[in-house]
Amino acid sequence: MSAEGEPANSPLLAVGQLTKLFGTFAACDGINLDIRPGEIHALLGENGAGKSTLVKMLFGVLAPTSGEIIWQGQAVRINSPSTARKLGIGMVFQHFSLFEALTVAENIALSMNPGVSLSRIAKEASDLSHAYGLPLDPNAHVADLSVGERQRIEIVRALLQNPKLIILDEPTSVLTPQEADRLFETLNKLKAEGRSVLYISHRLEEVQRICDRATVLRHGKVTGACDPRKETPSSLARMMVGSDVAHVSAEGTSAKGAVKLEARHLSASARTPFAVSLKNICLKVHAGEVLAIAGVAGNGQGELFDALSGEYPVANDDVILIADKPVGTRGINARRLMGAGFVPEERHGHAAVSALSLSDNLVLARSQSDRRAFLGGGVLGLIRQDAVKMAAKRISEAMDVRKSGENPPAGSLSGGNLQKFIVGRELDRQPTVLIVNQPTWGVDAGAASRIRQALVDLAKSGSAVLVISQDLDEIFEVATEIAVISEGRLSDIYPASDLSREKIGLLMGGMYGKTGTAETAHAH
Amino acid sequence: MGIFEAILLTVITAATPLVLAAIGELVTERSGVLNLGVEGMMVMGAACAFIATQQTGSPYVGILAGIASGALFSLLFGFLTLTLVANQVATGLALTILGLGVSGMIGESYVGQSGIKLPQIVFPILSDIPFLGPLLFRQDLIFYLSIALVAGVHWFLFRSRAGLKLRSVGDSHSSAHALGINVIRTRYLAVMFGGACAGLAGAQLSLVYTPQWAENMSAGRGWIALALVVFASWRPWRIVAGGYLFGAVSISQLYAQAFGIGIPSQFLSALPYLATIVVLILISHNRRMTLINTPAALGKAFVPDR
Repeated sequence: MSAEGEPANSPLLAVGQLTKLFGTFAACDGINLDIRPGEIHALLGENGAGKSTLVKMLFGVLAPTSGEIIWQGQAVRINSPSTARKLGIGMVFQHFSLFEALTVAENIALSMNPGVSLSRIAKEASDLSHAYGLPLDPNAHVADLSVGERQRIEIVRALLQNPKLIILDEPTSVLTPQEADRLFETLNKLKAEGRSVLYISHRLEEVQRICDRATVLRHGKVTGACDPRKETPSSLARMMVGSDVAHVSAEGTSAKGAVKLEARHLSASARTPFAVSLKNICLKVHAGEVLAIAGVAGNGQGELFDALSGEYPVANDDVILIADKPVGTRGINARRLMGAGFVPEERHGHAAVSALSLSDNLVLARSQSDRRAFLGGGVLGLIRQDAVKMAAKRISEAMDVRKSGENPPAGSLSGGNLQKFIVGRELDRQPTVLIVNQPTWGVDAGAASRIRQALVDLAKSGSAVLVISQDLDEIFEVATEIAVISEGRLSDIYPASDLSREKIGLLMGGMYGKTGTAETAHAH
Repeated sequence: MGIFEAILLTVITAATPLVLAAIGELVTERSGVLNLGVEGMMVMGAACAFIATQQTGSPYVGILAGIASGALFSLLFGFLTLTLVANQVATGLALTILGLGVSGMIGESYVGQSGIKLPQIVFPILSDIPFLGPLLFRQDLIFYLSIALVAGVHWFLFRSRAGLKLRSVGDSHSSAHALGINVIRTRYLAVMFGGACAGLAGAQLSLVYTPQWAENMSAGRGWIALALVVFASWRPWRIVAGGYLFGAVSISQLYAQAFGIGIPSQFLSALPYLATIVVLILISHNRRMTLINTPAALGKAFVPDR
């Protein structure tokens, strides 16, 4: 029994009433979905809607609790990724399943037929990657590659299996706009060859641009199946979120005040072999401004945050100034005491200790800056649990943090709610300088808009806000000024209204206008 | 045979058990498992090899018994840490203590018996090469095996597909699982290879180094092997370099003490450790290479989320 004899529009893959339970929680609840040959099918949904769980079942990583998967007209059981690959399903994961210590060719070899020699795999991978416009050096170590290049490995690895269906999980979240355009060309090439693509995303603009059909998930259920080109972004968003998403308003931003945060020719060498060194970074953030730093992941964002926050102080005092005071060699608590607040990138294990309660996490961050309020007993530093719990409650209410119980462990909150709490923890102090790294990474749309609005409001009230983000939508929503970081270098700072996505994309690739410095010199 | 050759022969004998135990542990750690029970597996191997040799009269049966006992003992470690997901560090330490105890018990009646030394295998023409011939081609089976194992492990890890899979499991077990590689089975095999090598190293102690049985006769060599793996940054041939350096310095310092050089004996006894650490730090100063060779998943338990 083969697919050739069937009519062209009979589905390549059909999923019926597919359900996955984790305990009593239904991550996927009676999902119906069909993918036709030669189409790009979008799977839309918020974080936690069940998209990843669904595709993990299709790829044999998770076993479904109930329901059926029909591949080319036949019911199949996909109980391992190799079964999926044999059927003709390829997968590009969101969090790459790559091995940093191995070379590109070795990574690809791991998912190939063991009879093929490594040198032949290297050659085939190199040829294929060039044919699809995704050039790769097969002998490079993955650890040395950019995120975009790593994604190419995943795609080439999937393509080498000659799949009929390729599943891509949030592929553009790590790409520059130009890299994304290139990916879309590749996808259209695949479609023209008659392959199907299941394209997982929460970015409506892309889905409307490249997808033929869309299935929308919310809370593990299908809430819509449509032709995305016939929908509007807001109608799609309604299907995804279930209600209208509040629009972030940056109107009425106050006039520029004094410089509150400044970096003067900040350089820092890389701490680990795979880190990025900071090269001669100059920036000023005035009171009332939101400076957003755009850039593709792994271009020095984390290192810049570490230097500015004092997690890793730098060698010279006068390269970083908070409210005109040199702080380069001071630690994070000293800088907090001067009125700065910091929100690092990783929620779990960096911004918060998952196993500790919200109030304990509050004390950990602010025990020095709010010593008088939170600690008693003189030198003993006993925690005033009542005062801390009151403050935690105040923060939760201010940021609309939804949680189970009065003071649950941080790990029990959803990503969006924990992030709201962590941002709220800093906002609660009314910091004069706030530095935030990836404030809404992996956060649902409702929480993201809440957090962004809070950042805008803080700047309006006269604080200086620095946002490091990879999300261009977010940057255009919150920023008054924009700069781009690339390989540890920071571009000039532009007013947000002067920049287009294309220009930012060029800056992300490190292509500064040769006259860039001269232009800004004129502008000042 | 000159004194220099005699010294070199003892160096080889002293280095071989270190190389053997370390190359086995290297494979185990490359798969992401930290087995601190090398000392215990080694001393079990020594006891079982000696007992089997005394019972059958054949040291070759003794070698097999040493290998088998090391592998079986490591299987216990594998069951506890891989199937029952017990803490690897604690289990490894327990394995060492258990090994020292059990070997002392089963070997009690053999203490003081004189054993049978493993015979030399002489390669006809090669052994006549001046100086090198007697050193390299007039040796026992375990020495030849130790060199063959290092070469084999190097080939396996960096040239074979199975070795690539093993390294991938040690680098990121969840990625390896997502690719359909059986993480637990790979680790079981790697742990048992490590156990077999440690058992063989023990057999060398009780059949070649000093052909008799004494309680606790591994005398900390398992721990040195563990350190060698780290300092060799998980690369097979560096194990040979480190093992032989350690052997050379510890034998020379014995001679130095015997000749009565006016250096405190405590310092001389510490010298092998110092020399090995210094040299291996020097050759592993390239941080990027070290990072690429370090198994990122080392010591982390794997539980598939099904």
